Amino acid sequence: MGAVKIEHISKSFGDQSALKDINLDIAAGTLFGLIGPDGAGKSTLFKILTSLLIPDDGKATVAGLDTVADYKQIRRIIGYMPGKFSLYQDLTVEENLNFFATIFGTTIEENYHLIKDIYVQIEPFRKRRAGKLSGGMKQKLALCCALIHEPEVLFLDEPTTGVDAVSRAEFWDMLQRLKEHGITIIVSTPYMDEASRCEEIALIQNGQILQVDTPDNIRESYEQPLYAVKATSFYQLIKDLRAAPFTKRVEPFGEYLHLTTSGYFPEEAIYNLLKEKHHEQIEVKRIDATIEDVFLELAG
Amino acid sequence: MQRLLYIIQKEFIQIFRNKAMLPMMTVVPIVQLIILSYAASNEVKNIRLAIVNEDHSPTARLLVQKIEAADRFLLIDFPASVAQGDDMLQTGEVDIVLTIPSQFEQHFYREKRGNIQLLVNAINGQQASVGAAYLNIIIQSFNQELQANLKIVNRNGQPPAFINVPTANWYNPELNFKYFMAPGILGELVTILVMLLTAMNVVREREIGTIEQINVTPIKKWQFILGKLIPFLGIGMVLLTVGLTAAKLLFGIPMQGSLFVIFAFCALNLTAVLGLGLFISNLSDTQQQALFTTFFFVIIFILMSGLFTPIESMPQWAQYLTIPNPIAHFVSVMRSVLLKGSTFWDVIYHFRVTVVLAVVFNTLAVLSYRKVE
Repeated sequence: MGAVKIEHISKSFGDQSALKDINLDIAAGTLFGLIGPDGAGKSTLFKILTSLLIPDDGKATVAGLDTVADYKQIRRIIGYMPGKFSLYQDLTVEENLNFFATIFGTTIEENYHLIKDIYVQIEPFRKRRAGKLSGGMKQKLALCCALIHEPEVLFLDEPTTGVDAVSRAEFWDMLQRLKEHGITIIVSTPYMDEASRCEEIALIQNGQILQVDTPDNIRESYEQPLYAVKATSFYQLIKDLRAAPFTKRVEPFGEYLHLTTSGYFPEEAIYNLLKEKHHEQIEVKRIDATIEDVFLELAG
Repeated sequence: MQRLLYIIQKEFIQIFRNKAMLPMMTVVPIVQLIILSYAASNEVKNIRLAIVNEDHSPTARLLVQKIEAADRFLLIDFPASVAQGDDMLQTGEVDIVLTIPSQFEQHFYREKRGNIQLLVNAINGQQASVGAAYLNIIIQSFNQELQANLKIVNRNGQPPAFINVPTANWYNPELNFKYFMAPGILGELVTILVMLLTAMNVVREREIGTIEQINVTPIKKWQFILGKLIPFLGIGMVLLTVGLTAAKLLFGIPMQGSLFVIFAFCALNLTAVLGLGLFISNLSDTQQQALFTTFFFVIIFILMSGLFTPIESMPQWAQYLTIPNPIAHFVSVMRSVLLKGSTFWDVIYHFRVTVVLAVVFNTLAVLSYRKVE
């Protein structure tokens, strides 16, 4: 049975259309990523699924429960971590956790096995007020609070935004381990590089789902040849490549440019063309597409 | 039930962890009680007076002496002319100019009438009217004395009858203004503080974002609202206790009636006010919005509560507006129970109205709290 099923969901805020006819089917026990830039509609979709927002159109179920009709039951079985840190800053780590456990009619001891891995990292600070924790610590506490009632489905809205690279990696490791408890985890993120940590992802842009598949399949769906190009004069390189006859698209990716050509060209052909334009330290290599390449292709 | 208890416990932890809270609940009300009870006095004292005495007769001098003897007036000057007196009134040096025209004494004895002019600066209406009234009383009693001295005899050969009106001030025999103000101010203070705290509370959770986390939990509406209501009700009752103790120790205010009636009414009144505060909070997106909306109500509530100006002297429509004003009922109950010793049955009207207010405000609060957008 699907953990989350979304059928023709639409939502507008005034004239602004936030979600347009969204369809998704997420299998139970999946670590699912909703990947898209800010303003794509990720948070709106999460709010609909967590019963905080009523869709204008369409229907969604979480663990077989309707998000509108059965919202009361849904709230018992989901864990939700909003994009903004929303625990009580003036309560301590322990008090926050206790509060959420009590509200769900459980205790910390009862579900300690679920949060143990994460909680041991913040346990030394359990008498500290949540507002005084570092960003990464807050994240861990919020995750503990969302997990304390052993939810069937866990919604994490941009959990890694504003968190340093090491903490981000750690966070994804924690999610992998949680998956082993059989919890369906749905994560939204604007970082394309995190997509590979998910089992399945949906690319979302302007309120529309662009593609849904495993990260590997999505990468492989990029059929055109792709090259990483580098030279000393970056700006001139973009200009020259955009003017080149074989070029389909050029996008900056860190220190490299990703060049998509229409049809296959040997690396030397591209190299020679740049040589003619007096570029120095030229580097051209054929590469496999990343999720971001696919996203830009689909969104462009 | 356990859930509700934990919500209440959480609310108390938050309240006591807030550094501004404890002084706000103890020191601030007592300071306000002291300052307001002393300062917010309706008694008119130190009326600045100038007397233009153009007569200089013994009778005129006697009148001036009588006025000088009254402790309400500060005799600023004796201007030489009416024009000078007018100037003093215009520059605001004096509040009242009393003119005793020349030949005042002659007119009084020959024509059986003497004219005295009072010019009153009515910018400060109360000072003016009360001052003029005081002055009139002095002049009238002076007049009576003169007539008695003259032994004016009427046609029947009897001296004319004088009406002497002795006054007794019931419930506050010494007209101690603090007795009158302190209970009312206490009622007002408790109400405002509780209303402000409540109005800022839910919206604060919304602003910080905690409400989003709360909303996805199985907390029920009534649990959430009660979880907010009960702690603030408790704070209000503590505040009332502290305030009553302070008022008793500092001013020795009388406590004629039953304190139980006072506390019962306070609990009921605060329930109504809490409902209103929560309603405002639910409708606001930011603490700023909540604050301004609360101020709007608080100012109207205070000015129309009968605390400073009697409700009976308001226009009829304004008197109707005081009916949904919780502070008006609280002030009235505090005064009548503490000073007059009114029983529950004497103030039952206020209980009835406040029950209705509590039901209406709290229904609005529950209805306006939405877990789903």
